[in-house]
Amino acid sequence: MIKIVKRDQPSKAIFFFTPILAIFLTLIAGGIIFYILGFKPFEALKFFFIVPIADKYGFSELLLKATPLCLIAIGLSFCFKSNNWNIGAEGQLTFGAIVSGGVALLFYDQEGFYILPIVILAGAIGGMIYASIPAILKTYFNTNEILVSLMLVYVSKLILDYLVVGPWSNPEGFNFPETRQFSDSARLPLLFEGLRIHAGIFLALAAVVISWFVFYKTYLGFQMKVSGFSLKTAKYAGYKGKKMIILVFLISGACAGLAGVGEITGPIGQLHREVSPDYGFTAIIVAFLGRLHPVGIIFASLVVAITYLGAETAQIFMQIPKYTGQVFQGMILFFLLASDYLLFFKFKFIGTKK
Amino acid sequence: MHKFLIRSFVSSLVLLFTLTVAAVAKDVKAAFVYIGPTGDHGWTYQHDVGRKAVEAAGFKTTYVEGVPESADAERVLRQLANSGHDIIFTTSFGYMNPTNKVAKEFPNVKFEHATGYKREHANVSTYAARFYEGRTILGTIAGTMTKSNVIGYVASFPIPEVIRGINSFTLAAQKVNPNIKTKIVWAFTWYDPGKEAEAAKALIDQGADVIAQHTDSTAIVQMAEKAGVYAFGQASDMDKFAPKAVLTSVENNWGPYYVDRVKAVANGTWNQKDTWHGIGDGMVVISDLDSQMPADLRSKVKKLQADLASGKVHSFTGPIYDQKGNLMVAEGKTADDGMLAGMMTYVKGVEGDIPK
Repeated sequence: MIKIVKRDQPSKAIFFFTPILAIFLTLIAGGIIFYILGFKPFEALKFFFIVPIADKYGFSELLLKATPLCLIAIGLSFCFKSNNWNIGAEGQLTFGAIVSGGVALLFYDQEGFYILPIVILAGAIGGMIYASIPAILKTYFNTNEILVSLMLVYVSKLILDYLVVGPWSNPEGFNFPETRQFSDSARLPLLFEGLRIHAGIFLALAAVVISWFVFYKTYLGFQMKVSGFSLKTAKYAGYKGKKMIILVFLISGACAGLAGVGEITGPIGQLHREVSPDYGFTAIIVAFLGRLHPVGIIFASLVVAITYLGAETAQIFMQIPKYTGQVFQGMILFFLLASDYLLFFKFKFIGTKK
Repeated sequence: MHKFLIRSFVSSLVLLFTLTVAAVAKDVKAAFVYIGPTGDHGWTYQHDVGRKAVEAAGFKTTYVEGVPESADAERVLRQLANSGHDIIFTTSFGYMNPTNKVAKEFPNVKFEHATGYKREHANVSTYAARFYEGRTILGTIAGTMTKSNVIGYVASFPIPEVIRGINSFTLAAQKVNPNIKTKIVWAFTWYDPGKEAEAAKALIDQGADVIAQHTDSTAIVQMAEKAGVYAFGQASDMDKFAPKAVLTSVENNWGPYYVDRVKAVANGTWNQKDTWHGIGDGMVVISDLDSQMPADLRSKVKKLQADLASGKVHSFTGPIYDQKGNLMVAEGKTADDGMLAGMMTYVKGVEGDIPK
């Protein structure tokens, strides 16, 4: 007989094991779905997860895709660890892109080594400004940061729409909704000739190292951890909650803003209506799949990035609808949440007595 | 009897010819990149109908749907160019820069970009349809069928393509009914059923009894059906979604062009060009006219359609005035393509300002 028993303490081993279990279950469920749709499951999974990264170019694309996801997820983990539910990274990314894009456009006909640092800084500041809105409203007016940050996503997209359709549209562009192309000095340098992976990846790696240090080696990291477990305890311990809330939002906003910079000054090279295919939302999955741990987030961002690439390859070579990529992302999150049950409960085998 | 023989002889010749072309062309592979899902019953759906025509002509095709205009477009294009496709159709404006970028790296692959203007390399062509000709037909119908003299128009983005459509529509409506006003609501989206339905409702609340649209979903005609007003289908024949409301639709018919271009690749006759086809070339098609329209209107529309096709009638024939009363096109003249391509002012009779 099997009995379900509550664990005295959440298991640490299980904590890091369940994301792997979730990915494994997703692969099985994905294979079943492919089979039901009438595709050969193993072939489909091969086109989904192996073919896209089988060559140098594909691997570079994987890193290109994972970079913004990793960067944003690292930022979000600051918020999520300390019980602050910033759902609006997509908006912070967009606003960061707007501010840095605006600066880049000022220099559109100029060259100079100083341009890129200013553009990058502008993006981080843009993201911080945008993230400070839900943070300030939460700390001083007790508003719900989930709603505020989420709603601001749509506001930022409308601002971007307005700018690229109107005042910032390319004067030589027949009024189409896009800006001029940035000058080469405002573009992140490419790492390899012919590949699209750019210097933005170092921003993501720096974020990983810094966050690891902050989480595990500093007083702030400890405060965040305690606040995450129990806000009352944090208050009792005398932590200045408001300051911390604003700080984690600013960090999170800066990371999202930098991800926006990476997109527009990396592969895109201008502002237009679609700077991000919802990286800010997908990064939420990445943050949780990576267990809010910097190293975990690196792996999670690679796993989720490949669902994007795989969906394209599977459609090109096997005519599998591209939207299955989103189904895979959804399944990963679903199985992760479901298998978290194992964190708090365990199965006990009990011999039946007659 | 001998007529029958000749006819069957000719048709078997045609058949033989088609089969030969198909046999020769087997090797040419065409790829299509779509902005939306193939099931949107609007823009992407019609491009996919065109793709199927290419398949029917004996060529292999591949498509990728839902490709965002973000950094992802370039990867998809490169992957298609790398995997043995000879001609790639990129069917949304936002693919313009990635198309030209990838075209530079793959000089042996032909690229066809819809609705753009950049042809930076010899292997990039652009194509678009003169949808404004279809809107001349819709304006004629709207001006005749309206009782409130208020016509609603759901617009997407303030770009020349859309402004041109509004103007062409309004000019035609004024011609049959000088008292009409065109009210515009900007939805700032190409495809968002919720927003589009809201925009249509706002226009109906303002007294519009005919709704035209320059967005892609079926939400507007369905809203019109519910409110008991008339509407027009966009991109595909939307009659089945709102049988009472839809008077006719302007269909985007890409098939003939696609088949033509893919065949040109097969024959080695493909060359760079900028195509802008209308009703005459069959790229713009008017669906069946609804029986609610009076018989004389229907025959008038048929004649107008024939005249637009032959070039006897031009959608923008002077005198045309802008909202302030300045002359845009003089009496007896027609607007040239340069003016049409950059059109960013409303004609007289359109209400409101173009959003800036």
